[in-house]
Parts: sequence; structure tokens; C-alpha cells
Amino acid sequence: MYKYDEIDQQIVDERVAQYRDQTRRYLAGELSEDEFRPLRLQNGLYIQRQAPMLRIAVPYGMLSSAQLRKLGDISKKYDKGYGHFSTRQNLQLNWPKLEDVPEILADLATVEMHAIQTSGNCIRNITTDQFVGVAPDEVIDPRAIAEIMRQWSTFHPEFALLPRKFKIAVSGTKNDRALVQAHDIGMEFYRDSNNQVAIKVWVGGGLGRTPILGTVIREHLEWQHALTYCEAIIRVYNLHGRRDNIYKARIKILVKALGIDEFRKQVDAEWAHLKDTDNTITEAELARVAQHFDAMPYENVQAHDAGFDAAVASNPAFAAWVRRCVHPHKQAGYRAVTLSLKPHGQAPGDISSEQMWTVADLADEYSFGELRSSHEQNLILADVKLSDLFALWEKARANGLASPNIGLLTDIICCPGGDFCSLANAKSIPIAKAIQMQFDNLDYLHDIGEIELNISGCMNACGHHHVGHIGILGVDKDGSEWYQVSIGGKQGNDASLGTVIGPSFSADEMPGVVQKLIEVYIQERTPEERFIDTVRRLGVAPFKAHVYAKNEVAA
Amino acid sequence: MSNLIKLNNGVASLVEDDWALVQLPATQVEERKQAGKVVLFKLTGEATVTEAQIADTVIPATGKIILPLSVFIARNSEIKDRIAQGEIGVWLATHELLENLTQQQTDLNALPIIAIFVERFADGRIFSLGNLLRTRFGFKNELRAFGDVLRDQLYFLKRSGFTSYLVRADRSAQEAIASLGDFTKPYQGAVDEPRPVFKRYNRGV
Repeated sequence: MYKYDEIDQQIVDERVAQYRDQTRRYLAGELSEDEFRPLRLQNGLYIQRQAPMLRIAVPYGMLSSAQLRKLGDISKKYDKGYGHFSTRQNLQLNWPKLEDVPEILADLATVEMHAIQTSGNCIRNITTDQFVGVAPDEVIDPRAIAEIMRQWSTFHPEFALLPRKFKIAVSGTKNDRALVQAHDIGMEFYRDSNNQVAIKVWVGGGLGRTPILGTVIREHLEWQHALTYCEAIIRVYNLHGRRDNIYKARIKILVKALGIDEFRKQVDAEWAHLKDTDNTITEAELARVAQHFDAMPYENVQAHDAGFDAAVASNPAFAAWVRRCVHPHKQAGYRAVTLSLKPHGQAPGDISSEQMWTVADLADEYSFGELRSSHEQNLILADVKLSDLFALWEKARANGLASPNIGLLTDIICCPGGDFCSLANAKSIPIAKAIQMQFDNLDYLHDIGEIELNISGCMNACGHHHVGHIGILGVDKDGSEWYQVSIGGKQGNDASLGTVIGPSFSADEMPGVVQKLIEVYIQERTPEERFIDTVRRLGVAPFKAHVYAKNEVAA
Repeated sequence: MSNLIKLNNGVASLVEDDWALVQLPATQVEERKQAGKVVLFKLTGEATVTEAQIADTVIPATGKIILPLSVFIARNSEIKDRIAQGEIGVWLATHELLENLTQQQTDLNALPIIAIFVERFADGRIFSLGNLLRTRFGFKNELRAFGDVLRDQLYFLKRSGFTSYLVRADRSAQEAIASLGDFTKPYQGAVDEPRPVFKRYNRGV
């Protein structure tokens, strides 16, 4: 993965010094709340219900074992001994003290980490597929460009104070796993007819209060122009995006208001001036950064391993884990492994300091000292030998990291919700836990098969509920917490937004509602259908009918 | 004591302001806000300038003055000679269109100063305006930020082509100077240093 040179390190160190002074001035009363807010937000610091929340950047989800170990240390020293992986692949601390944040940032800087632009109205952490670099369906590894974009977007002076947050995702696979259509800018890398690396650029997607899938603004962009073309898009947005209404301020609203053709025309007019200017990426820079993402020094091993096959055959629990948590790999004899942060009855995405240290050790022992976080809020060891899988599983299981539920109903995507977040209308973690306990039967879970259930505590949609096969949204009605249910959302190349099935439910009703949705699916499915396929074939009606059949009391 | 910071060959210092800023008179009629129509999208929520305000603006007869864009355009015939003598600058609010200025004044470099008024410090349009004035329209003279100008935005203003900063009156401009140097080796090319870091340094293979 990318390693800092002196220039990178100096920038992060200077950021620590800058923020230390900003915090000092705030505490001394020299900065008002309003003036300090964007400064702390652009360092990932929210003021929450119980305490501040600090969001630490994990650029495009890549972590080294040394970094995760340090995160374990930090969450032990400055927090309550755990952290939370978010749907933007970042790590959040729920209980740091505002006064401690400069020290935390200084600690992070020792392992080439920071919290720069993890919040606020600026270009946020760039996200990608958690299997980047190892997925068999990958055409282009976009990490080098993602790193170049990370550097370019860091303290970009023109885009320091945008109308609203700005999220970019990159993907280089046949099957999109990076939600490129749900981002302000989505960049889909491919090889063009001349076998050159090109980018299909999507714009104006986003979830939140007004969920919209992105539109293609440019089918073919040569990689050299990734920065200048983004500058053209973001300049149009910076100048013309609404600043009078926070709910109308995302680029998607501007794109819809102008229409994609007019928006594209304005972007092209800007780009005519920006194309081939100094921020054009050079071959040399791409090569310099790309070497950090060279393939691991894989051993020459067989595509099959007798010991592994025997363990699968003789150990059903191991076999179940392999089926759900082990993923194909480009390299023969290697696999990618998801360590589930979704054990039943725990907050999805949470990980203790001890587990962080354990995962760091596992990464060192089995996966070249690197790992990734996913937007589904799990951790991935990307380069594990087949012959090591059983030993890895035993250690992961002993540490609560081997729930064989990846891609199943209990692999719930969930925001921190009303337990922590001051934006939330309703709690989300207790709903996730209740659903996990309702379906705490592995055979039944496996029978239900692949399904994505996403929960957001408010319409800001951090839990991506719009693209969940089942989406749950916390709403506030007269001061009490209710839950609106939608079905039919999906991420990926054929992304879609879910349809609300009807009036909302109380927290107590939610496990039963999910149960009824599943019952309709089990009854109606054809042998090869997943839940989402059945919903798409039948529409919302039969699900709605069954859920509300004896439930007319719901508000 | 002046609260005006000026860059001279990259060196910042406090200087006396030798320009007088001309404001529009307060409007008598209730402030009209543009509706959020698509055609007027960029003006959504911004106050409009009335003809009466333009007519009632008092233009000082002598001295170096910075006029509001609307007055500079509507009453240009009154100030033609003074523009030639280098006594006239222009200021714009962040929602105003640079094209309106450049249509009126094709040679921007006849203006010794252009100033941008930022009503709220969080309004980042000012950075794009600075960038466009420098890189698109070739403006070479003093480019000033005034209004809600605070020290934590100075670094970005400098990188966006601004060369003078009238810090908000209740803050210390002397202390603010330090923030111009918050970062020594920025990653991306911008107005003050067009080359990105990978074109300025040999960062190895």
C-alpha cells in the first residue's frame, strides 16, 4: 500500500500543528462555535449526543497492520476501548475528548494516518471496492489514481468550502462493488478499444434525503485527465450549487435543476480551459504511486490444497464460514477473507481494541501485513493462502471475528443512529441487534440466502437504506421513534432505489416485519432466485399485503 | 491600526489601506430575493441590487475608490477618465458574475484592484472567483478579500490568487499572518503555484 515520503509526512505533521492551534484558540474563546465548526469538521470531529465523535480517514479502505494496531492503542487510551467502522470505510471513535483530539491526531501521524476532510463541506475520503487489487473480475486496479486523487483533494484551495459534502468513489471491476452510482462523482475504470485505461464518469448520485442514482456525464475520459476533469465538475458546483438551503445543496440537486445536458455543457466549457494544465497526471507520477500497489510476493502454490478440502469436508462450521466469508482471488491458491464485524447481538461495524490488535496480528501472519475495511462495515484480509485458511478461521473464531454471515440477512449495514448521532431521528443499532437475534439460526440464514438489509437512523442515509434489498429508515413522529421499510433497493451495476411498502412501524414490530417479508420470499421464490430477484419479479404488492395483513394498527 | 494584510513578493505584512471602499446605500424597499428558478439558479436566495440603490450611491469625486460592480457598470460614463488614471477599482459579491465585469471592462488590468466581498467565511465561491480572475481573465493586479475574512481561510485565499486580505475588524490581522504559512509543500497546483507536487519535486520512482 502507499507509503508516505517526507512530503506526505510534513503535510500531516503541519496539519496536526494547525489543528492544535485552532483548538487552542477555540478553547481560549478566540474562535466562535460557528467559526470552529468547519475547522473541526474538516478534521472529522463532530459534537454528538454524549461526546464528540472523531472520524479517522482510511483512504480507499486500505490499512496496514501497524496502523490498525495503533488504532487499537488510540481507542484504548482515548476512548472506551472500541471503534466503529463506517459505511465510508473510515473508523469512528465515539467517546474522545475535544481537548485530546490534537494528541490523537499526533499519534495517528506516527503511522501515516489523519482525519483530514472526513467530514465538512469538502471532498471526502475516496472509497472503492474492498477487493481492489485481488478480485478476479477486476479490469483496472484504481488505487494509484485514488491515491493521486487523495493527494490532489487534500487542502485543495479552490474546493475548501463547497456548498455541501462531496464524495467520490472509484471502481475498476466488472461488477461494481463501490456504489459508483451513489456518489457525487463515480469513476468507473475500464480498458477502451485501444486497450488504454479510461474512465466512465458518473455525476450527481447520492443517497441522503433525496436519493438519486448518478448520471453518466462522460463515457470516456483518459486517466491523465482525472484531476482536471473533476476540477471542472467541482468548479461548476462550487459556483452554482445552492448555498441557501442545506437540503438542496448537494451536486445532485444542481444536476437535476440544470439537466444533465446543460450541466455537461458547463463542465465541458470549464474543462476546455483546464484540460492539459499542470494538474494533468503524468506517466511518471502514476508509475511512482502504482509501485506501492504492486502485487504481493505470492508463493507459487497449487490452485487446490488437500488439507483445505479435507477440512471443508469434515467440518461443517468451517465449511459454512468458507461459503460466506472466503472470496475468490486473482492468484491461484489464494483467497480473500472477510472478518465479520456483525456477530449477532452487537452493533454492526463495532470492533474492540483487543480485536484490532488481533486482526493486526492475523494480517501480519497470513496476509502480508495489510487489510481493508469495507463499506459493508467488515474487515478483509485480502491475500490468504488456501492452506492457511483453517488456522486463520480458528483464531478468528476464538476472537469473535468469524460469524459466517457475510452477505446474509444479519450482515446488516447500520449507522450509529440515535444512540450516538445527534442528527438521528431514531436508534438503529437496537433494531439491527433485534433482527440479528430473530434470525439467530444459521441454517435458516443460509436458506434465506443472499440479502442485504440496511438501516439508517435518519434520512441522511449513512446506513445506505435506499440501496438495501430491505431498507429501514428511522423517522420521527411527534417525538417518538418509528421505522419506515422499503424493499427492492440494490447496489451494483443494476443499482436501484427501494420502494416504501407503507406506513411505518414501532421498534418492537421490526423483527416481525422482516420475518414476514422473508416469509413471502420463501413462499414465492423460484429455486435460483435471491430475495431481490423475487421482489423485482413480483413488485411490492404481495410483500405489502402480508406485512400489513393483521397489522392495521401500525401508525 | 490597519487590519489589511498585503502580500509583496510572497512576503506578508500589515499595510495602510490607500483605497476607499464605496458601498451601496441601504435599500428602502424590502429586499427582494430571487426565487429558486432554474434559469436563475445561481442567484437563488441572493439579494438583488435596485436601480435606486445604484443611482443613490455616492461616488467620491477624488481619490482611489473601489466601486460596487453594479455601479461600475451602470455609471461607467461618469468614471471613464478616472479609470484611465488608475483611480478606480471594482468589488463584487461572491454570487455576482465575473462575465458582467469582463463584458464592461475588457482590459481588467486597467483596474489596479479587484476586491471580492465574502459575506460569510464559509462561502467558498470566493476561491473559484479568485482562480478564474487570475487564470481565465489574466488579472495581474491586487486581488483583495474583504468581509468575513478570518485567519483560517487565508491560506486558501492566498493559493486562490488573492494578494491582500482585509481581516474582519474584531480579529487580529497581525496574528492571522501566521496562517498564510500553514502548509509549506501543497500537493496540488493552484494559482500561486501552478505545478503540483509531482512536478516540483523528484519523489523517487
